Amino acid sequence: MSLIEIRIHGRGGQGNVVAANLLAMAAFEIGRHGQAFPNFGAERRGAPVMAFVRVADAPIKRRCQVLRPAYLIIQDDALLHVPGTTDGLLDGGGILINSPRTPEQLGLGGVPNVVTLGASQLAKEHLGRPVPNTALLAAFLSLTGLFPTEALTNVLGNKFKGAVLENNTRLIHEAAAAVPAGLWLKENAA
Amino acid sequence: MTTETHIDIAELRKKQPRFNAIDSGHRACLGCGQALGARLVGEAVGPDIIVANATGCLEIFTTPWPESAWRVPWMHSLFENAGAIASGIEAAMRAQGKSTKVVAMGGDGSTFDIGFQALSGMLEREHNVLYVCYDNEAYMNTGVQRSSSTPHAAMTNTSPPGKARMGKRHLKKDIVQIIAAHHTPYAATASVAYPSDLRKKIRRAMEIEGPTFIQIHAPCPLGWGHEGHESIEVERLAVQTGLFPLVELERGELTGVMPIRQQVPVTEYLKRQQRFRHLFAKGDSRAAEELEHIQALADHNIEVYGLRGEGVDRFDTEGSDTVHRGGQRWA
Amino acid sequence: MMQPLEGSQALARAVALCRPQVVAAYPITPQTHIVENISKLVADGVLNCEFVSVESEFSAASVVLGAAAAGSRAYTATASQGILLMNEVLYNIAGSRIPLVLTCANRAVSSPLSIWNDQQDSMAVRDAGWIQLYCADNQEAVDTTIQAFRIAEATELPVMVCVDGFTLTHTLEGIDIPEVAEVDAFLPPFEFGRKLDPRNPKSLGTLLSPDFYPEARHSHHMALEKAQAVIEQVDADFAAAIGRRSGGLLTVEGPEDARIGILTLGSVIGTFREAAEEGTDLPAAKLIKLRSFRPFPVEALKAAVAGLTDLIVVERALSPGAGGIVGAEVRAAMSELADAPRVHNVALGLGGRDIPMSSYAELLALAERDAPLRFAVFDADLNKLPEEDR
Repeated sequence: MSLIEIRIHGRGGQGNVVAANLLAMAAFEIGRHGQAFPNFGAERRGAPVMAFVRVADAPIKRRCQVLRPAYLIIQDDALLHVPGTTDGLLDGGGILINSPRTPEQLGLGGVPNVVTLGASQLAKEHLGRPVPNTALLAAFLSLTGLFPTEALTNVLGNKFKGAVLENNTRLIHEAAAAVPAGLWLKENAA
Repeated sequence: MTTETHIDIAELRKKQPRFNAIDSGHRACLGCGQALGARLVGEAVGPDIIVANATGCLEIFTTPWPESAWRVPWMHSLFENAGAIASGIEAAMRAQGKSTKVVAMGGDGSTFDIGFQALSGMLEREHNVLYVCYDNEAYMNTGVQRSSSTPHAAMTNTSPPGKARMGKRHLKKDIVQIIAAHHTPYAATASVAYPSDLRKKIRRAMEIEGPTFIQIHAPCPLGWGHEGHESIEVERLAVQTGLFPLVELERGELTGVMPIRQQVPVTEYLKRQQRFRHLFAKGDSRAAEELEHIQALADHNIEVYGLRGEGVDRFDTEGSDTVHRGGQRWA
Repeated sequence: MMQPLEGSQALARAVALCRPQVVAAYPITPQTHIVENISKLVADGVLNCEFVSVESEFSAASVVLGAAAAGSRAYTATASQGILLMNEVLYNIAGSRIPLVLTCANRAVSSPLSIWNDQQDSMAVRDAGWIQLYCADNQEAVDTTIQAFRIAEATELPVMVCVDGFTLTHTLEGIDIPEVAEVDAFLPPFEFGRKLDPRNPKSLGTLLSPDFYPEARHSHHMALEKAQAVIEQVDADFAAAIGRRSGGLLTVEGPEDARIGILTLGSVIGTFREAAEEGTDLPAAKLIKLRSFRPFPVEALKAAVAGLTDLIVVERALSPGAGGIVGAEVRAAMSELADAPRVHNVALGLGGRDIPMSSYAELLALAERDAPLRFAVFDADLNKLPEEDR
């Protein structure tokens, strides 16, 4: 597997860095290498923030920002109005958006490979808090087939126990099932 | 049958084990109050200590390399970090499971001014350190410049009197109260003119597990402008006028004072020192006004701390440390 | 075992493996995650040490100075304004020849205020008399931290481990944390011969007259010069014990017959390595990773540039009015060579400006210039400046 670069957009307080770290950690669960880092900022809660993830078969040496992502994960659909959010997406790249609305309702009807998921609502149902990051990651893994969702539950299993882990695991399965599995499988080579 | 016993006092004294942290042969000026203070502290702290010394006269005159007057482990780092150096040594002792007490020392410049932050941090973190401040009321090491401890109206080289000024314009910082406000277990003032009182306070502080603070008023013949042999007389007046009250504060509460039975007018103290000579200029109305101010400051101290003593008190400013009152000479 | 860890988390664990007895720190971005992680290890009982939360970096440096002088292994971490506030103490620690370790989570220096990565902070204190080692990745940061205590205690010199702020400290990647037993075998307990001890009282930090001062300075200088061999040896010992090198004084990688060299300090080399791998159409180049900036390895550097026609010195700081700091020192070292390469000197990525893969090719193009580039802030967009400031 060649290098895959992912950019996550969110708002301060939404668990953007956590999402990036979880994804990179999941890579190690299946014997791959991951790298995650935030677009280091002095932003406060609610401000638009970014984090970057790289996944590869070998250790990742480059440390520059992800300027040409294969995938974008957007944790708040309002960020689509922030200039630069979708910049640099590779041709054929996928955009996963946390939104209760359809791509058409978001005005992205003509854009290929856009998938939406009401991740905040799902998270609220399962966790009691509208934190969309794990649901989005589960959906992302399902769409891309990058690695099995067990990699993600394993990572969470290292951090959480009991009810929190159970609730998250249920959330992950439900979110993974809520999107068309393997839809972006071909784009893995992108 | 009776046997006459002859005791050679001189010989006996030689045999007495008497530890002092600081040895003779250092290079302090004649009549140096700080050297005397350090000697008195050194007698009372015992050998199981480590000293952290701020930059200043004491550091300079005790350790001109390759010589040292210290019989205890001693460290000098910088002017403004004695409190933090002491904190670090104390943390090391704690980590090593040792009971060695850490004693920090500094002048008024390094305590009231530049090293105040590090000292405040040391107190707040409750390090087991005795901090001793030798207060000679100006930056004497650098040639007599004003500090925040310099008393109101005193002349220094950066608070000179002139047509527009009458010496230092501001008040002496009330450091012991500021220290006490850190909930410090024990904070006290002492004077080199009252050695047994001073030693008693040092011993009291050494017994306490936690941060303690002793401010020792110490005359500087050079900076105050008096002869070296007058140091103790002048210093005694600082206490007897009420300008330098000897007090003890425990966790912010006043727990002890040295009473003043016969208050001496401040002019008796001031006129002995060149740093106040502009206050005695004839025909200068400002001088009289400043003298009144200073008298008011002394009266205020006496009032606030309840220093007024009555009757015979062997611990008062006249009785303490004198042989004829008896009993407490070597307290 | 390699595991995914944030750089700061890994650094905290590396520090804990070294069994420091006293840790003192004051929070400053981007160092915070390191000391937060150490505090947690202390709170969880994993690390048994005195953790002193001081009221300033000045006191942080002073506390570790006092602690190490009293014979305890001591550690602190800071960055940027914090290291400048420590400056006076840094000189004092080194001049007193007190062994301790400091992590500098490299960050720009204000003003203008920037919380982002460059190396102006550690460069600003380069003359304090410390050993300075720069880390290319988080594995090196972990390994160098462990080595640093050995080096410090062997040389009686303080060691500053320079780790690019955010770029390393906040990056999660695969890192191997050595085993406790491995580190215990590699790093014996700290025994300080000159420690403050009531049973053997010494005076430390005395006044030196002009009769002795130059000799003390000479001795300090020589101690750093001699530390070069120690840095190499400790890296070799670490490789023997734990199986990895961090790069001694400096390392050279790339084709033997390359005529262009790029010299860097810190983490930017990772991006250049991949750019070189991908840029098969680019001219061949050697990458020189300068790990030890103090002591400055003149002889190793002279050997490293043999055969080069052009050396591009990339640094993350500058001395305004003079230009590059590393560049000037490299040029001075080159002056001892008859066939020295031309030196092009640039500052790159100041204040956290991203250093993209494309910058590698742009740097190599400098070798085509008729005259060497004395100095430039390479990625400055002059169009953002008024005419008179360009």
